Amino acid sequence: MSPTKETSTNPFTLKERMKFPHQPMPEQAAELRIQNFGEVNLGYTEELARQEALRCLECAKCTCVEQCPVGVDVKEFVKLIVAGKLLEAAAKIRENNVLPAITGRVCPQENHCEGACLLHKKVDPLGIGYLERFVADYEQRVGARVAQKALATGKKVAVVGSGPAGLSAAGDLVQKGHKVHVFEALHEIGGVLVYGIPEFRLPKQVVREQIDKMRDMGVQFETDVVVGKTVTIDELLEEEGYDALFIATGAGLPVFLGIPGEHLNGVYSANEFLTRINLMHAYEFPLYDEPIVDLRGKHVAVVGGGNTALDAIRSARRLGADKAYVIYRRSEKEMPARIEEVKHAQQEGIEFRILTNPIKFLDDGRGGLGGTQCVQMELGERDASGRRRPVPIAGSEFEIQLQAVVIATGTSANPLIQSTTPGLRTSKRGYIEVDRETQRTSCKSVFAGGDIVTAGATVILAMGAGRRAAKSIHEYLTTGEWAENPIKS
Amino acid sequence: MFRISAAKFIAPGIKRFLIEAPRIAKKHQAGQFVILRLDEHGERIPLTVESSNKETGVISIVVQSVGKTTHQLNGLDAGDGILDVVGPLGKPSVIENFGTVVVVGGGVGTALVYPTTAALKRAGNRVLSIVGGRNRDLVILEEEMRAVSDELYVTTDDGSYGKKGLVTDKLRELLESGEAIRLVLAVGPIPMMKAVADLTRKKKIHTVVSLNPIMIDGTGMCGGCRVLIGGKSQFACVDGPEFDAQEVDFDVLIQRNRMYREAEKRSLQEYQQRVANEENSACMVKEGAR
Repeated sequence: MSPTKETSTNPFTLKERMKFPHQPMPEQAAELRIQNFGEVNLGYTEELARQEALRCLECAKCTCVEQCPVGVDVKEFVKLIVAGKLLEAAAKIRENNVLPAITGRVCPQENHCEGACLLHKKVDPLGIGYLERFVADYEQRVGARVAQKALATGKKVAVVGSGPAGLSAAGDLVQKGHKVHVFEALHEIGGVLVYGIPEFRLPKQVVREQIDKMRDMGVQFETDVVVGKTVTIDELLEEEGYDALFIATGAGLPVFLGIPGEHLNGVYSANEFLTRINLMHAYEFPLYDEPIVDLRGKHVAVVGGGNTALDAIRSARRLGADKAYVIYRRSEKEMPARIEEVKHAQQEGIEFRILTNPIKFLDDGRGGLGGTQCVQMELGERDASGRRRPVPIAGSEFEIQLQAVVIATGTSANPLIQSTTPGLRTSKRGYIEVDRETQRTSCKSVFAGGDIVTAGATVILAMGAGRRAAKSIHEYLTTGEWAENPIKS
Repeated sequence: MFRISAAKFIAPGIKRFLIEAPRIAKKHQAGQFVILRLDEHGERIPLTVESSNKETGVISIVVQSVGKTTHQLNGLDAGDGILDVVGPLGKPSVIENFGTVVVVGGGVGTALVYPTTAALKRAGNRVLSIVGGRNRDLVILEEEMRAVSDELYVTTDDGSYGKKGLVTDKLRELLESGEAIRLVLAVGPIPMMKAVADLTRKKKIHTVVSLNPIMIDGTGMCGGCRVLIGGKSQFACVDGPEFDAQEVDFDVLIQRNRMYREAEKRSLQEYQQRVANEENSACMVKEGAR
């Protein structure tokens, strides 16, 4: 496929474009949205999208594209918006990104395309994420035809895990003409997109629509299969006849803090708290069977400063929490959450207790959580991550009254597959080792990518790994070549 | 969708289901469980697999009506479907030739302990089994258990069948009989398992129990099923469900299992009300037709 270049129809000079203001995202008012799980961001109108698109400088060297983990052709799709060719803009994004309606909503653009946007040197960067979302939603609304597939190759690929890495690989592989079968352990397709990210940030309907598109492209899905338990990797390759296999099982086991009181009722891992709410619809209890502790009028905290932490605490607020805290041991500057999420959380009345670390959870006398004892922290020397290490200030202990707390400080590798796949090389911490270019593992025909390789990261980085894997799986299936020792690390 | 090929009450409120689940049947080992979800609005609940047949691809489970989901499940029959069944989950029971083992099954726990008992017998152990229930009707799988035991004792709380008393009364007797018991395996209500652990602790006999905490995914992802084992958090779904009874903090298990009691009560009441209303309106339709 030779890349088609759209001629620019933007009538404005670069100077004029620099003066156009960034178009803000229309959103549900904070006082309203904390009473529902409806989406916060409402999406650009066609007019807003065109206004924003006109700001693109159409640089000769697209730093935005270079910084995109899946290589979305930003300049070209934005030019197509300016030209009013919205379906073509969607198709342009789809050349590199099978889940644009999802990344347009949850990708931390400030670390990638928007962070690299030339406009950002002087003014607000181009709203690339908002534009991507607009185009994807438009395509969904008017209904686009399914892209042409390559001729069937007769090769079968198994994808283990239906999160962002798995879906992205599956989409690319099916386009190349391979038969793709995706296995999912839970009862719903989407992985973290359905159990982790809440409705108000990523509506489940959007995820379902994107997955339906993949079904239309020919991807097969099978739920309720825990690979490593229900069937092993070796059985899939040897007995079920898959020619190649991609492991994309995602972030694994929740890590607790290891402090006293973690078994008290009301202490949740972020995975459990969010799974109850998102996958199991506990916020719609009793229409749905799965409950969650009653948070109405309660004091709730989340421990951690990432997107997961903010998703959890903003959910707690929507479930009626009277006071909602983010407890984070570093300073706001080190917080890994997306800027937009922090802003939204602040608007929703979430209080940030930075440089604070819980050291004990307190019993309410009936086996429930009554509060947490915390210690104040200060920043010391830089640690291995390059961030200044938080150290406790002696004698600064204090208590926060709480009835529920969510631990969102990270995960460790789930060993289910590693422990049942002889010869699969893992790191000391149990993550699967791969060659970073090809995503090949130490086992022939087996590739891996996403959080099970890198540890907890983002949707878009997982999708990037999925794309790289799909490319090298295609090469492997075409050439049949497998180096003796594929891992060059 | 997983089809139910047969379903039959084996005691009041206790039903056995055969379910077509070929992938699970192929891999199941004694001691493992499945998680099922009945419909789109359903919760996920763990249930121990009673038996499996690799050839026919069928597994069996034994279900006691306790909460909303088990009541609803026990209303299903052959030909009906269960939306999701996933497994086999958890570690299989450790099966060795230990020598003499005592197996204790309380109430519906007898069905859960049965596959492991059979495997222990096959491994050459001398198996002494104690099965108990509140009354005669609630003693289940007696014949199945007899077939895989060298000796079988039955107890009922009210004395309506077997020996009057608790399973632990019989266990105490066996422990004091002087027989060299190498392993005690107990599955049943938490107070029963706790009482068994207290009895065998004094005699320093290795004792295994199968725990039933609240669970969601069953793959280690959520940590909701964490139990305190020797003072450390472990996940029943991947580290268990069987644990060394002497190490288990049963009080924490009881406390955590209470977490949603109010919601569970409400769910069950509303479900039973709905069922009653449906039956009423079905009656009214019939009468109207008359």
